[in-house]
Amino acid sequence: MCGIVGLLVKNEMLRPQIGKLMLPMLIGMTERGPDSAGLAIFGSSSKDNERKISLYTFDPDFLWKKLSDDFLAHLGSDVHLQQVANHAVMTTHLDVNLVKIWLKEHYPTVHILSVGQLMEVYKDIGTPAQVAERYGFEQMSGTHLIAHTRMATESAVTPAGAHPFTAGEDWGLVHNGSFSNPNSIRRMLAHKGINCVTDNDTEAACRFLEWRMREGDDLEAALHAGFEELDGFFTLLMGTKDQLALVRDPFACKPAVVAEHDDYVAIASEYRSLAHLPDVKNANIYEPKPEELYIWKV
Amino acid sequence: MESLNIQKKTRGDEYMETLNLEETSVREINQYLHKTLPESKVTEIEIINPTGEHNIAVGMDTECTIDVRGHAGYYLGGMNKKANITVHGNVGNGVAENMMSGSVHVKGFASASAGATGHGGTLVIDGDTGLRCGISMKGIDIVVGGSIGNFSGFMAQAGRMIVCGDAGEGLGDSLYEAVIYVKGTIKSLGADAQLEPMTEDDYTAIKALLDFAGFDHDPKDFKRVASAKQLYNWNADANQEY
Amino acid sequence: MSKHHLEESVGFSSKTRDYIQRASSTGLYEIRGIGAKRALPSFDDLVFLAGSASRYPLEGYREKCTTKTVLGTRFAKKPIVLDTPITVAGMSFGALSANVKESLGMAATNMGTSTTTGDGGMTPEERNSSKTLVYQCLPSRYGFNPDDVRRADAIELVIGQGAKPGGGGMLLGQKVNARVAGMRTLPQGVDQRSACRHPDWTGPDDLAIKVAELRELTDWEKPIYIKIGATRVYHDVKLAVHAGADVIVVDGMQGGTAATQTVFIEHVGIPTLAALRQAVEALEDMDMMGTVQLIVSGGIRSGADVAKALAMGADAVAIGQGMMIALGCNNESYIKDGEHHSAAADYEALGTKAGFCHHCHTGKCPTGVTTQDPILEQRIEPNVGAKHVTNYLKTLTMELTTVARACGKSNVHHLEREDLVALTLESAAMAKLPLAGTSWIPGVTENK
Repeated sequence: MCGIVGLLVKNEMLRPQIGKLMLPMLIGMTERGPDSAGLAIFGSSSKDNERKISLYTFDPDFLWKKLSDDFLAHLGSDVHLQQVANHAVMTTHLDVNLVKIWLKEHYPTVHILSVGQLMEVYKDIGTPAQVAERYGFEQMSGTHLIAHTRMATESAVTPAGAHPFTAGEDWGLVHNGSFSNPNSIRRMLAHKGINCVTDNDTEAACRFLEWRMREGDDLEAALHAGFEELDGFFTLLMGTKDQLALVRDPFACKPAVVAEHDDYVAIASEYRSLAHLPDVKNANIYEPKPEELYIWKV
Repeated sequence: MESLNIQKKTRGDEYMETLNLEETSVREINQYLHKTLPESKVTEIEIINPTGEHNIAVGMDTECTIDVRGHAGYYLGGMNKKANITVHGNVGNGVAENMMSGSVHVKGFASASAGATGHGGTLVIDGDTGLRCGISMKGIDIVVGGSIGNFSGFMAQAGRMIVCGDAGEGLGDSLYEAVIYVKGTIKSLGADAQLEPMTEDDYTAIKALLDFAGFDHDPKDFKRVASAKQLYNWNADANQEY
Repeated sequence: MSKHHLEESVGFSSKTRDYIQRASSTGLYEIRGIGAKRALPSFDDLVFLAGSASRYPLEGYREKCTTKTVLGTRFAKKPIVLDTPITVAGMSFGALSANVKESLGMAATNMGTSTTTGDGGMTPEERNSSKTLVYQCLPSRYGFNPDDVRRADAIELVIGQGAKPGGGGMLLGQKVNARVAGMRTLPQGVDQRSACRHPDWTGPDDLAIKVAELRELTDWEKPIYIKIGATRVYHDVKLAVHAGADVIVVDGMQGGTAATQTVFIEHVGIPTLAALRQAVEALEDMDMMGTVQLIVSGGIRSGADVAKALAMGADAVAIGQGMMIALGCNNESYIKDGEHHSAAADYEALGTKAGFCHHCHTGKCPTGVTTQDPILEQRIEPNVGAKHVTNYLKTLTMELTTVARACGKSNVHHLEREDLVALTLESAAMAKLPLAGTSWIPGVTENK
């Protein structure tokens, strides 16, 4: 089980401080999720012909310089790599699928966490405070983010098992709850050529939504399909290029609280996490209703 | 029944105590409330800077008033006996869960399972509640100024719930002897719950509880929901499941 | 005419045909008492490797073998200290009579162990007779109140039980008499319906907050146990540790019940043997062995079972059905005023026989154990019942120390899994112990 955190900063003056605002929210969710933590942040945009690819490796001594040298040598293109600890954000104008194939062949220990123009993903095992420190969450800036603290229920505590999970481009998801039929969903998706990397039930749900959107559903239609096919308890928080979206299952056993302020919209599993946001006492605080899709645009 | 909105008489500092959750932990505050308070002269307590903390003032067993200045987390006033607690803000899950006596008054909204399994006392919520309000209630009285969420009154065994706003899906599913009064709309009734005609006793009961809560509504505007008692003994025709 | 060989179908046996005939005539599922009756891999499939040329046994009597057991050391200011690791499992007043609860309490006090309340709350009889009382907090919260929490010695938060993991409590109307009804806030004679989830929390993240609440209520004095019915034991134990449990109770599918759907009892949950191994693995992976204690239950019957459970890593066991049988469950007779009286007619009235009865749910227990009937419950006299249970506990404890000594242990808690081997493939795989005479653990080591 877990803690979820979402923050969308409406006031442009506060966007450089989104990390600072978010950090106490994330730390506040440590008891709900002491195993691992993660974040998907929507910040500076790559050029239109470029994409940012968030990468991760288990290897603490990984030589990122070698990767960028090989990239140039094999693919004939300069690549920009912004490294922090065992993560890096690669910016390239090359076709993403080409890059994926190249990485799989030459650097199988490097995993892709996300693709997008705006989105960057950082996630790893450790307490939320440790993970935040490792990747410099406090210094980050951007318009909106989703974050998560994890207490693993059935799947393993591995970095790959941490949330957020991503699909397509500039699309990420965090989840509090437990899906009860993830194995069947995984098998169904495998037949359609979509494979899960982890044994994590959240990933199965993420790939399901990815499949629906690939088939042409918009987010709302995809979630409706989800209500039919995904079973179990869930509060889902999603981030896309320009919005945050939140939905709770019909039984709504997993909690969520929203604080809407002129300067920001903040979401968390417990009010405790929102308590220290600036001027929160003047925010409109409420609980989202089950089965309703809440959307906030940047 | 006296109204909760009584004038507090300030009789001097020795009767009042302020506890600051920014300086003292919940554990120390509860310990004070359990062990020190009963032996002292203090009868009025203020708890400031609650910032959504869980388990504030659980297991009270002393007559006193407690004012919580801000929002509380889960289980505020859990298993309360004798104390009168007012929260000047919202609360998380399970406010006044398993309350035995006394009262809890929430000025804002309450999250899920408000008053769960309560045996006695009165829970008042000015705003809305989340899902499962009054779940498994066993004698507590609950008065809600706003609306209540889905599956409220699930397996409610005894006590009364008054809802001045609307009720969600599955109201009073598997109801036993508890009675639910709703002024607004009911999205759907649960298994074995039915609407029944109101009686003079109902009006009297509603009036007394509304007065206690300080809400102004006409008892005649309320509908009575009670058990049809078809699930009371397990039989094939009732088409039920345990 | 020559006799032809009559062949019964194994799949559609007489038992199965009877089930189908019953279903078609009533439209109802069968509800009954007692745990799983089917054959399952169990402690019977394990044996001890005792004293030899390489390992020396202890003498009885002179060379002490300690049975002292401490539970709840992680957070509680006042852990539970027992003279024996054999405790009495949670069983409700409502399922059992007040006399039975009192017998169990007295016996437990005699032997320096604990009893546990059940899905109906605490009775004064049990609190007064039992020196160490564990108070259950169940999904129903029948009779649950803070005064009893304060009176208890430990709190056991029940997520599920072995007979029906994922299911809730059940008591049929015939057992909901005035007293039971009063305690549970139910109308008399009405079937008690089951809630399978707790009303005010779902999931281990919210469970952690609930455990904290109970701890606050008791000013951090009393141990908090978390009890699970055995299904995904490895994950559940880890989550219980995360949620703050001082003690974890794992109840395997052989665990008893006074009223549950047969389909649940026989087909849901895993055997105690497999559950115990998973629980220990979870605690070892989290480095919590010794910090969080483990109690195992579900078909613990004999001193041998207790010894094996401890060897596999449990700190204590809880016994339910064994206690019932010690008191007279399925006996041909009951004792009244010092004399045996036949209960045959009462068994027959239920459509069963001594040794085959599982009719706890009817409230007409022929030997007065699982009943609220004022006449039937007199068939258990607390003093007599207490004597029987005390004797049973004594025997179990003696057998436990005998085995431990034979394995060279001066403390029963020093029994370890290397003292055990398995007799069958299933038990070897489930318990992750080598097959006797080999060093092969199926699924773990290479074939030798």
